[in-house]
Amino acid sequence: MPVQKICTVAEAVRLNEYAYALTLEVGEEMAARTSCGQFVHIKCGEERLLRRPISICSWDKTTLRVVFEVRGEGTAWLSRRKVGDELDVLGPLGHGFDPSAKKILVVGGGIGVPPMLGVARAAAAAGAEVHAALGFRDQGHKMLTDEFAECCRSMSVISDDGSTGRKGFVTELVEEFLRDTPCVSADCASCSGRPVPPVVMACGPKGMLKAVAKACAAHGVECQVSLEERMGCGVGACLVCACDMADGSRKHVCKDGPVFNAKEVDWND
Amino acid sequence: MTDLRVDLAGVALKNPIVVPSGTFGFGREYGQFFDLSELGAICVKGLTPLPREGNPAPRIAETPMGILNSVGLQNPGVDAFIAHELPELRKHDVKIIANISGNTPEEYGGMCEKLSAAGVDMIEVNISCPNVKAGGLAYGTRPEMAAEVTEIAKKSSTVPVMVKLSPNVTDITEIAKAVEGAGADAISLINTIRGMRIDVNTRRPILKMNTGGLSGPAVLPVAVRMVWEVANAVKVPILGMGGVSKGADAAEFMLAGAAAVAVGTASFADAYAPVRVRDELAAYAEKQGLARISELTGAVKPW
Repeated sequence: MPVQKICTVAEAVRLNEYAYALTLEVGEEMAARTSCGQFVHIKCGEERLLRRPISICSWDKTTLRVVFEVRGEGTAWLSRRKVGDELDVLGPLGHGFDPSAKKILVVGGGIGVPPMLGVARAAAAAGAEVHAALGFRDQGHKMLTDEFAECCRSMSVISDDGSTGRKGFVTELVEEFLRDTPCVSADCASCSGRPVPPVVMACGPKGMLKAVAKACAAHGVECQVSLEERMGCGVGACLVCACDMADGSRKHVCKDGPVFNAKEVDWND
Repeated sequence: MTDLRVDLAGVALKNPIVVPSGTFGFGREYGQFFDLSELGAICVKGLTPLPREGNPAPRIAETPMGILNSVGLQNPGVDAFIAHELPELRKHDVKIIANISGNTPEEYGGMCEKLSAAGVDMIEVNISCPNVKAGGLAYGTRPEMAAEVTEIAKKSSTVPVMVKLSPNVTDITEIAKAVEGAGADAISLINTIRGMRIDVNTRRPILKMNTGGLSGPAVLPVAVRMVWEVANAVKVPILGMGGVSKGADAAEFMLAGAAAVAVGTASFADAYAPVRVRDELAAYAEKQGLARISELTGAVKPW
């Protein structure tokens, strides 16, 4: 059950030159209903009719943190919010990740990185062995890596130009992980040293998700992906955010997703 | 306290606020925010004889004070509606208006029979969807075709029939008179206005279908004008809509001649928009000292 309410900005931080983090005082009701991979739909000023869907990066008892980059007028308006400002927030919305696996590789590309922190934290808190593979354009776009390092067993970073981590795409890290990483230690109570197949959870550009899904399929590993589409109501009533499924049907990112099993998705353009 | 009850072609609404087809699904989603019994009526998502997956995405583009959509009548089909959605809707004390689109007059007739038997309160015949190739808009832009569809819908229905008009015509009163002449019990307007937006960087239209239908506050003055014109041309009651987001907007539509008013796109910005508009309209009516909200209908004083 989502909630629509006016929330106060408790903290406004710039994570780098491009990414903004807002911590919103949403109250216990909204925070308690949140699970990883969900999003909030935020009204960005009176002149813009539609809300903007922003994924939830992390949360605690009464607050949610969202991280976004400026993509248009709505997010530009949002980036100018200061501590104490009020925002009209609708959420939490959508069907998120299922972090119940024992061993998880979270994969984030660019602005797809923030929601994966929520997944990593939730899975780690539930006792899973969590690894992270994060891709950024360059050093200037890097964010949240300290927080991933805190809750993940391992973390690898890669960038388009090699200015942070090695040069390449995050899908290479996924390939390598699936190929090379046995279950790392005997202290992993859930598998006692025996190899446990990981579940891969990913958020990022469509091309990246397609490549991650392909790698997972090749290794016979379950893959959950978070999709994006231009959205209207955010709750499943207006039916605009359609995404094509492998079986020929069209589901909706806001209500059926944003997270889907990669096998369900039609990856052809 | 102003009496908010209105009559729409014999269908008694507890208040004049309706939610229009395509903005409210089958009520399940917004039913999480308020009791659907608060509304006068629900026009359900447009139904077709068979299930439809609709158009490819992107299906929405934001515009100054509005949106373009090109959903393309995605729906589970009339049979699934009757089996799975109507029983849920019936748990609420609200009138149910089934919106239908067909490719042929016979398809409209077949759906009217099924829906009348299933016990909806009213049927809204969509002859104005701008987002499908066959049927839809073709029926809505030619008076003789609009009349033909209206006639068969009337013949096949045991409940009142309302016809939803397209604004994408030179003279909307011509179509209004044609459907009234063919037996329509009520008229709803406006459907969306055809529009287009282009991404100047990619040189691609934002909508995958290139064009779509415009709704939201941007269309309000066009819609009010058309309701006023139609109200002066026909005697049947009118369900007015187009960009209503506050009580004063709803009052404008009623003054122009609408018996009831639909609140659609506004829900995307504010999930409580329909009940808020109702409350604001009631407060306005109270302030105006009206005994009945229906006194507003057609009460504009033109120069």
